[in-house]
Amino acid sequence: MKANVHVTLKNGVLDPQGKAIHHALERLGFSGVNNVRVGRLIELDLDDNVTDQEIEDMCRKLLANMVIESFHIEKVA
Amino acid sequence: MKAAVLVFPGSNCDRDLAVAIEKICGTEPAMVWHQETELPDDLDLIAVPGGFSYGDYLRSGAMAARSAVMSAVVKQADRGVPVLGICNGFQILTEAGLLPGALMRNAGLSFICRNVGLEVLNTASSFTRLYKKNQKIHLPVAHHDGNFSADEATLDQLEDEGRVALRYTENVNGSARNIAGVLNKKGNVLGLMPHPERMIEAAHGGKDGYNMFASLMQVVA
Repeated sequence: MKANVHVTLKNGVLDPQGKAIHHALERLGFSGVNNVRVGRLIELDLDDNVTDQEIEDMCRKLLANMVIESFHIEKVA
Repeated sequence: MKAAVLVFPGSNCDRDLAVAIEKICGTEPAMVWHQETELPDDLDLIAVPGGFSYGDYLRSGAMAARSAVMSAVVKQADRGVPVLGICNGFQILTEAGLLPGALMRNAGLSFICRNVGLEVLNTASSFTRLYKKNQKIHLPVAHHDGNFSADEATLDQLEDEGRVALRYTENVNGSARNIAGVLNKKGNVLGLMPHPERMIEAAHGGKDGYNMFASLMQVVA
């Protein structure tokens, strides 16, 4: 079983990297970009008996810093 | 004075910190490797040094905060043992949940390495009692991730409870309310981004960091 964990900054947390990328896109001539937020994708290759609860615990205890980040678990067959 | 300095793979201020502790507090600290599960008994100080533990993988301080030795640090901190985290040490203590907030990438995205002005706001803690209230000091910073972030309620609480130990006198890295160092609720855990251990004698260009260690000696004595 595989799971993709998407870690993103919480709404309201300033993202200086996203801002810099946004400016760079504009410099390259791409208009119509309203906002850029940078996150992280963590791919987990898991034993089939790992529960959803365990994956969530992994996120809360290590993969995301719950002070500034939130996460979304996407299970891939 | 019995002190321990933690050492992680990628720590690089551990020896400077040990020299400062020995010079000011008179005894050589124990250097404790991250795989140790126990710390020496009767410690008067646990110091968490700067550096780039685990290459800043995942997030600065994230891996170190989950290492074996940190369970022992949390236990001792709960018992009231003074814990001082400098730079990467501060990041590790927030990641371990011993201090509130998080240290994000500097607002300007650059690594910042220079002396900065600071104001000492809390002079009651074991680390700051030899400073005068609102004293202006200068210490060096050297970090990429020093942008202190917490929600408004936490920031208000920190200020109301006098737990903002140090504030930058200018906007250095985008930190919320220019916070440079914070204390835990009990007041025995301090984390700060500037490096007091790099400013303890005239040859360093100043001695403004000296009292951070000398203050501890007053508590022990």
